[in-house]
Amino acid sequence: MIWWAVVGAGVACYLLKLAGLSVPPRVLEQPLVERIADLIPVALLAALVAVQVFASGPALVLDARAVGLAAAVLLLMARAPFLVVVFGAALVAAGVRLV
Amino acid sequence: MSSAGLDPRERSGIVRDGLGVGIATGTYGISFGAVAVGAGLSVAQTCALSLLMFTGASQFALVGVLAAGGTPLSGALTAVLLGTRNTLYGLRLAPLLDWSGARRAAGAHLVIDESTAMSVTRTSTPAARVGFLTTGITIFVLWNLATLVGALGGRALGDPRTYGLDAAVGAAFLALLWPRLRDRRNRVTALAAAAVALGLVPITAAGVPVLASAGVALLIGVLWPGPDETEWPEVDR
Repeated sequence: MIWWAVVGAGVACYLLKLAGLSVPPRVLEQPLVERIADLIPVALLAALVAVQVFASGPALVLDARAVGLAAAVLLLMARAPFLVVVFGAALVAAGVRLV
Repeated sequence: MSSAGLDPRERSGIVRDGLGVGIATGTYGISFGAVAVGAGLSVAQTCALSLLMFTGASQFALVGVLAAGGTPLSGALTAVLLGTRNTLYGLRLAPLLDWSGARRAAGAHLVIDESTAMSVTRTSTPAARVGFLTTGITIFVLWNLATLVGALGGRALGDPRTYGLDAAVGAAFLALLWPRLRDRRNRVTALAAAAVALGLVPITAAGVPVLASAGVALLIGVLWPGPDETEWPEVDR
């Protein structure tokens, strides 16, 4: 089942890229369509952050992951590079669990 | 690839920029590989994702939804929804790259945030192609190698929670989102989407809350006109 998701979504993502290079611009270049398409990643990424950090199954919880996220915010404000942000958050969360 | 008419000095400058961005971006495939095996994917599935999908945010989304207990279908749908922004990049790139046939089909796979950012600002087709290909190919090679390294390393580590790798996923999404939050409409969208998703967590199946948050983008897009102050894609890492 995971293989189907990997291959299916992989092929679909490729076709989305190809469509952009192939479709006449006028079909998609309308302000409303462009605005919504631009906002979709913002909404999805924010929802993913929230669910990844605060959900545990069907429950909302506050645990070491939230501390890790706070560390990520601080690192991002300090303009740290991507890998430092990601592994920094992981280290902090792991540290909290040890305490 | 034709680079006729491109000044050698301009060309080497574009290549240098592309390599720099490519190396910086490609290496963070390590975090993807580690997170993906932590989410329960096999090393082969993890590597197949980087080869086939090759668009970071979608890949993280798929494994993130799976890690949270979502179905493979909702993980795949979330990944595909996030992949729609590459269509917009393609629209902007098409007249600039000016490819057709097999070259367009091959080039399409490299349409991602960074390759777009490194070529949309060029003023000629040869310059755009050099920027696009240097960045795209460097990232493709390194991203896939780094994914393998991260996946093998992640498997050797054992339980991902011990190392806080479950917290790393949220941090990765936040880092991808961060540059967009300078814009007020984006901030409102992000907060509303997060609130909707968390509100749905107790009452819907895993995976659904994230998908439903796309409705927030739809609603705000309709109700709140005007341009976005932030550049997307943005490369400043």
